[in-house]
Amino acid sequence: MRHLLGLRDLAPETIELILSTAEPMKEILGREIKKVPALRGKTVATLFYEPSTRTRMSFELAAKYLSADTVGLAAATSSVAKGESLLDTIRTVTALGADIIVLRHPSPGAAHLAARVEGCSIVNAGDGTHEHPTQALLDLFTIREVKGRIAGLTVVIVGDILHSRVARSNIWGLTKLGARVRVAGPATLIPPGLEHVGVDVFYDLREAVRDSDVIYVLRIQRERQRQAFLPSLREYARLYAITGEILSLAKPDAIVMHPGPMNRGVEIWGEVCDSPRAVITTQVTNGVAVRMAVLYLLAGGEVKHDPH
Amino acid sequence: MILIKGGWVVDPARELITEADVAIDGTRIVAVDKGINPQAGWEVFDARGLILTPGLIDMHVHLREPGFEYKETIASGARAAIRGGITALAAMPNTNPAADNQTVIKFVLARAQEAGWAHVYPVGAITRGCKGEELADMAEMAAAGAVAFSDDGRPVRNAGLLRRAMEYARALQRPVIDHCEDPDLAADGVMNEGLTATRLGLKGIPDAAEEIVVARDILLAELTGCAVHIAHVSTEGSVRLIREAKARGVRVTAEVTPHHFSLTEEACEGFNTNAKVNPPLRTVRDVEALKEGLADGTIDVIASDHAPHALDEKNVEYDLAPFGIAGLETTVGLIFKELVTPGVLSLPAAIAKMTVNPARILGVDGGALVPGARADITVIDPEREEVVNPEEMVSLGKNTPFTGYRLKGIPVGVFVSGSVLMWDRKLRK
Repeated sequence: MRHLLGLRDLAPETIELILSTAEPMKEILGREIKKVPALRGKTVATLFYEPSTRTRMSFELAAKYLSADTVGLAAATSSVAKGESLLDTIRTVTALGADIIVLRHPSPGAAHLAARVEGCSIVNAGDGTHEHPTQALLDLFTIREVKGRIAGLTVVIVGDILHSRVARSNIWGLTKLGARVRVAGPATLIPPGLEHVGVDVFYDLREAVRDSDVIYVLRIQRERQRQAFLPSLREYARLYAITGEILSLAKPDAIVMHPGPMNRGVEIWGEVCDSPRAVITTQVTNGVAVRMAVLYLLAGGEVKHDPH
Repeated sequence: MILIKGGWVVDPARELITEADVAIDGTRIVAVDKGINPQAGWEVFDARGLILTPGLIDMHVHLREPGFEYKETIASGARAAIRGGITALAAMPNTNPAADNQTVIKFVLARAQEAGWAHVYPVGAITRGCKGEELADMAEMAAAGAVAFSDDGRPVRNAGLLRRAMEYARALQRPVIDHCEDPDLAADGVMNEGLTATRLGLKGIPDAAEEIVVARDILLAELTGCAVHIAHVSTEGSVRLIREAKARGVRVTAEVTPHHFSLTEEACEGFNTNAKVNPPLRTVRDVEALKEGLADGTIDVIASDHAPHALDEKNVEYDLAPFGIAGLETTVGLIFKELVTPGVLSLPAAIAKMTVNPARILGVDGGALVPGARADITVIDPEREEVVNPEEMVSLGKNTPFTGYRLKGIPVGVFVSGSVLMWDRKLRK
């Protein structure tokens, strides 16, 4: 594996490889001393053009547990108009000696662009509304861990599908591994064409969650109201919040997931996210394990600096 | 005297192809006939097996000068036109400053004259600065040589203002060319709205963003009696609206670009910024509808919408890259590949869309290869094959989505006002 840009272009076998590599990584996380020398001498640079605390911390810890050196650049508000182009920044960070660059960027395809630079592996840590592959991988890992399998499960993704990189990556990952994917949300927030990729679209949440195994709740952004995607968050919550009552329509052993950070009382009710059916903190822990697996596979994938 | 011997002469107006020799004296064609014998001192060009057409007119080109000379200059663009087999082009006014006054119009004409490549017909802005607020001094620009009016790239949002512009343009006997895009519906979309945009997580532009404005412009053409030309039609719905309007006798004409009849939204896969263009590349269904529109005459014109950009501007995140394709040098090859060779259009019908039709719409010279006409001639080798290589393009803009395309039917010779500017595929001067 040279880069991790998205799940759409990943073969099911590669997804399986990452998930199975994450298992021993999770075991490491349970140890008293959470440190192995696998990436000693390797440098992981995190390059975040968007604010993020948990994804960034998760990657940094994953790298540190594997003994990599980490360095971070919060390019946060920098834009092409103001300064260095993305390609030049990637070239610079590569020239500084980074072996792996973890990139979070507001533009869809930014990671694909960055991967054009020779000499460095790119991990897409979220590119606009396109993909967030490590999030989906940790979600797949969590589903498999809790449910024992992915194939044959019915997973409902609820909320703002249109603007969600998490939804996109999960749709590719889940369908590749044989799950049935439903999406539910207001018609304004469902992108066109999903039926062509084998996803069932619902506008009625009750219908969508019926007999499902996993309810995956997306964060709803406040600005969607101003952009006329929603009349109000209040109305959204009435139609699409995951309440105890909604959860009761799913299978008795159905689980609830959320990529965080949650808006309690908007897209998810406290009675759900604090219940044992929610696996949200497990997702966070698994995120570190999955990111360790990704960094490990990228670093070990090939010889970086040919001696001649 | 120049004699072009033994070519197949295309008469687009009468849909005829005949083998004939063409004699040029000075800037004019003096004879088109079989068996013209060269006299001493004549320069003779052997055109056996080649196609001779009236000089091709590309009525939608961005030359970028003044203001964006790093993208293209009037000279470099007019030279790229020659390599593309184009003898005359209409230059859009979205420069900096905009061509919204007679001074800029005269500047463009003077620069083009100096350059001495293709003829350049300036298009004047409809509104000052193409801002859509106040009318530009259209009569002065018309007198200075503006052949049409357009705020290309920035559609006139205010229908009341566009109505006045059309009334004014009608009196000046100039068409209004509109880039049809509803800015609220297009919002900050960067490609066609549909499955590919959903996959890539890119913001989509719906068909209706174009069609609503096409419909509005048709109604305003009806109201004002002004000739309206719809630029770069991209959707099935637009073709339908224009077809229906023409049937009612509305003075509306339309153009399509080679990229819109050759490519679909899938060309944007991999975040290919060279396929980022406005209007966006659509779907197979739209491509089919555009071809039908070309075949039944709904679409009058093929124009490149040549929009050159610097390499660094396109080597960025997809949503930050500028819209546009540098198309001057691939237009003829794509017409052969997608339309003539598969039989969508006969050769004369295809040539008409770049000769008589744009000449008629713009009210300019050209369109006929006959004695007395200005000696603007394009020579095409129907058997010559070339693989598109942006390095070989002479436009400063190398932004093409057709890299690696094998094109057959290549312009090899160009005469402008009786001067040979390209022969055997080599540019003169």
